[in-house]
Amino acid sequence: MATSSKLNAKIPEGTIENKWTKYRSTVHLVNPSNKRSLEVIVVGSGLAGSSAAASLAEMGYKVKVFCYQDSPRRAHSIAAQGGINAAKNYQNDGDSVYRLFYDTIKGGDYRAREANVHRLAEVSSGIIDQCVAQGVPFAREYGGTLSNRSFGGTQVQRTFYAAGQTGQQLLLGAYSALQRQVGMGAVQLLARHEMMDVVTIDGKARGIIARDLVTGKLERHFGHAVLLCTGGYGNVFYLSTNAMGCNVTAAWKAHKKGAFFGNPCYTQIHPTCIPVSGDHQSKLTLMSESLRNDGRIWVPKKKDDARKAVDIPEEERDYYLERRYPAFGNLVPRDVASRAAKERCDAGYGVGASKMAVYLDFAANTERYGKIEATKLNLQNPSKAEIMRLGKEVVKEKYGNLFDMYKQITDENPYEMPMRIYPAVHYTMGGLWVDYNLMTTVEGLYALGEANFSDHGANRLGASALMQGLADGYFVIPYTIGDYLSEEIRTKAIPTDNEAFVKAEKEVQDRIDTLLNIKGTKTVDHFHKRLGKIMWEKCGMARNKEGLQWAISEIQKLKKEFWNEVRVPGTNNEFNTELEKAHRVADFIELGELMCIDALNRNESCGGHFREEFQTEEGEALRDDDNFAYVAAWEFKGESNFELHKEELKYENIKIAARSYK
Amino acid sequence: MSHGNMNLTLKVWKQKNKDSKGTFETYNVKGISPDMSFLEMFDVLNEQLITEGKEPIAFDHDCREGICGMCSMYINGRPHGPKGGVTTCQLHMRSFNNGDTIVVEPWRGAAFPVIKDLAVDRSSFDRIMAAGGFVSVNTGNAKDANNILIPKDDADTAFNAAACIGCGACVAACKNSSAMLFVSAKVSQLSLLPQGKIEKQDRVLNMVKQMDEEGFGNCTNTGACEAECPKSISLENIARMNREYLGSSFFQNK
Amino acid sequence: MSKKSGFLSSSIGKKFIMGLTGLFLISFLVVHVSLNSAIFLNDGGVTFNAGADFMAHNPVIRIVEIGLFAGLILHIVQALVLTLENKKARPVAYQVVNGSANSSWYSRSMGLLGSLLLLFLVVHLANFWLPTKVAVFSHTEHNTFNNMKEVFAEWYIVVIYLVGVIGLLYHLLHGFQSAFQSLGINHKKYTPIIKKAGIWFSIIVCALFAAMPITMHLGLIK
Repeated sequence: MATSSKLNAKIPEGTIENKWTKYRSTVHLVNPSNKRSLEVIVVGSGLAGSSAAASLAEMGYKVKVFCYQDSPRRAHSIAAQGGINAAKNYQNDGDSVYRLFYDTIKGGDYRAREANVHRLAEVSSGIIDQCVAQGVPFAREYGGTLSNRSFGGTQVQRTFYAAGQTGQQLLLGAYSALQRQVGMGAVQLLARHEMMDVVTIDGKARGIIARDLVTGKLERHFGHAVLLCTGGYGNVFYLSTNAMGCNVTAAWKAHKKGAFFGNPCYTQIHPTCIPVSGDHQSKLTLMSESLRNDGRIWVPKKKDDARKAVDIPEEERDYYLERRYPAFGNLVPRDVASRAAKERCDAGYGVGASKMAVYLDFAANTERYGKIEATKLNLQNPSKAEIMRLGKEVVKEKYGNLFDMYKQITDENPYEMPMRIYPAVHYTMGGLWVDYNLMTTVEGLYALGEANFSDHGANRLGASALMQGLADGYFVIPYTIGDYLSEEIRTKAIPTDNEAFVKAEKEVQDRIDTLLNIKGTKTVDHFHKRLGKIMWEKCGMARNKEGLQWAISEIQKLKKEFWNEVRVPGTNNEFNTELEKAHRVADFIELGELMCIDALNRNESCGGHFREEFQTEEGEALRDDDNFAYVAAWEFKGESNFELHKEELKYENIKIAARSYK
Repeated sequence: MSHGNMNLTLKVWKQKNKDSKGTFETYNVKGISPDMSFLEMFDVLNEQLITEGKEPIAFDHDCREGICGMCSMYINGRPHGPKGGVTTCQLHMRSFNNGDTIVVEPWRGAAFPVIKDLAVDRSSFDRIMAAGGFVSVNTGNAKDANNILIPKDDADTAFNAAACIGCGACVAACKNSSAMLFVSAKVSQLSLLPQGKIEKQDRVLNMVKQMDEEGFGNCTNTGACEAECPKSISLENIARMNREYLGSSFFQNK
Repeated sequence: MSKKSGFLSSSIGKKFIMGLTGLFLISFLVVHVSLNSAIFLNDGGVTFNAGADFMAHNPVIRIVEIGLFAGLILHIVQALVLTLENKKARPVAYQVVNGSANSSWYSRSMGLLGSLLLLFLVVHLANFWLPTKVAVFSHTEHNTFNNMKEVFAEWYIVVIYLVGVIGLLYHLLHGFQSAFQSLGINHKKYTPIIKKAGIWFSIIVCALFAAMPITMHLGLIK
């Protein structure tokens, strides 16, 4: 297989250990006086966006930041709970850059680009240093050093955390760095602004059209470079752990303007979410993966067992992860854990009213902690109740906020009975195709963080999303953007009355007018829910050829119906949340089709992409490295017309092998 | 479409934009399930309004898991409603009874102007942050993280202050619309940590100055902010900020 | 870089002044209630009058008295400024406020309680402070104890005083601990003690003050 001539990943020469160091030291620079006249547009203010904007502004570039929320601090990075990985080896348990690199490639089921992942592992350590310097209050030991915990898919403890709010603390750190630059006048902040299109001139990204969400006014903004830090597209499934506003619009517009979309079918379904309670549900809530450190996952051995969890004796419980994967047990990667849960539920062993849930049980570890506490307290022959009481204190200390959240949502007490959990859409590994510099196939247009496809292959390991977002923003883009901007120092700011801006704005305006004038009978949410149902059933945890073909035709019908029957109330010249949603859903529908096309094309199972036709006898994912060790980068050619380009994945430093967690 | 049997009367503040005068509108919603969140109940109502050709109610929300701080409803005289320690998105309808009348208002304050209906402009918080809510460290300047040892208690106290989600419930709850709890949480977090101590005098002076300029009221220590904070940020932070402000005002060498 | 503004015009500065003057006025209350409690010795007002005489003529006390009035005026003026600012901070009021869910009524009514106290103070000064002053300046003898007996002979005056004392009680219940918070004193170990001390202080001081008009009116003090 050969890489498409349209894709140049620009991976530097040299050994894997030296590529980044060498590249960083030789990449073109922009001198400080030139930086002042170079303008950079950053769309999105999550970990990637805020950190990139702050870092670039510190370097001297003129930066504009856009976010659809009322403040950059609301970006959905804030909801990440468990932690952030870094190859610090503070626990002296054998961690290293190579091991983090290896775990990430393996966790991604050998579908990520080696050079990018190695760079990620290299800079991981600096992220922790940077965040601590900013005042991020990570968890600490009594000696004052940083604390770590373990996460899925690894056998070392390399995850740094701040209780169950790691994402929040990291984002607030990046946000504070950003606000510092805002205060210094180096960054102009445009909150409650949504990017509606990229403006390209002579094949280069030169700005964006944005809509002021409060007044509805369309605005033209010029930039020498445009950075899309707009997150993932999990909301294509309607129900996901993403925030309600998370959307694909910015990435999709870029795609339609020439940016290839990489591996759109790679979706991460997170195993530990609170199950759906009814069809009123608007979003799903994740229970941190850190719970799998101490919780044991099981279902009854008997089908349709109606007994309460506590009444089912030990020997009648099936700890199916420990049974199937003795080496990693409850800490297998997310895709494996999710599929195993689905397998049990589909086979009729699910629990709860809907039978679409499994138990996450803390009793065994509560007892273990209780015994340790009793020993500490020198208690002779403590009663079981006493041990459990002591153990609960420990569990409360470690996971109290998560347990409270579970109780709040389900009205059940997780200290008394096991939690019910089920997999839910959580993250999208796919995204805009980028080269080593994080540039898309449109010159001057970059994608950072979850918005790009680059580092996680077909499955992301826990605590790696935060790492990647911050790596891209703090430590990658500040260097790699120089490669492009050093060639742009002679480009004067292009006035926004340029015809490219005028044309782009008109297209946006036309689309708004069209949406408002359909005046149909069905709400935007109605279409979103239907799209979500198609995607979840046919392009979710398990996919097959017939299902995907059916889904593609259904989505095409849905698209037609949407553009004929949607009802968008109100006008353009006001704060109109329905209009915002309509734009986003229209793009999700088009993306959904591409996801199914990509899933249909990939005749193998890997990571989060599980094709039922391609599995081992034991039901494990069956990769086809001979035919599919490539990144699928899709080029937009017109309505429902996408052309596939392949980037061959070469493994020169890691032996590609069947992934085993047994 | 929903499976519930609660019927409710809602009195909701409607206001076209920041320049117009608002009024209350009354709505009836039927078939609400106790498992719904308060915002999901609003989804049902809006779906119904759109289908009837009426204008839906604008409100702010995003993560719907109590962490982004965007949702902001003043429900029956309390920010985030009757249940303590939760945001509006995590308030479930089981906290209400069938037949209840619920009055829903936006956060009110000169520093939080209404944008539309229940959505308000909280950019004043961002400006306070820009005035000093940071540690002045550029990317790449950091030393190894474990070179800075921090006593666990200090780290924990800083974390508890840092748990603030910036929703503004403290301002909404305060009879004076004071932002002291929000500002003090950030001041405390950073001044408790060695990294933040270096510029703590400038920080507290600048942030308080910006806070005053934004038009927030003064703290009268009623404690309403702490009681209504969904993240239980402590009043101790306000005292700490007072202390630091006094110290910085009297002893700063410039 | 530094954007300093005047300490006294800042919100925290103003609160600092409120707390400081509040504590100063509280310290006056200690002196006032201690001295007046001498009537409970029931010695026909001998000890009490000796004290009152000392307070009326000692030059140091005269100076302190000026300070006291200055503190009181500052407390009142600052309260007015703060109240006006706070009103401005919320131009549109809530339709429904469930204040009792998150704070005590008296903590939210300090302005009202303070105004009540100010009204009471006018009556109180007219009753006692003015006659003393007149006596001092006209160099005539003044028996404060007898003055009290006369004033408290009227039942409606007793009622006015009881209302004033109740106002004082609630003002102190919030004000005592609030002053410490405004001065930046809040500590896991000591704040609970301060809060308790504040409650007991308020109750004891107000009980003693309330007992004075009652016992005098009922003729228990001779």
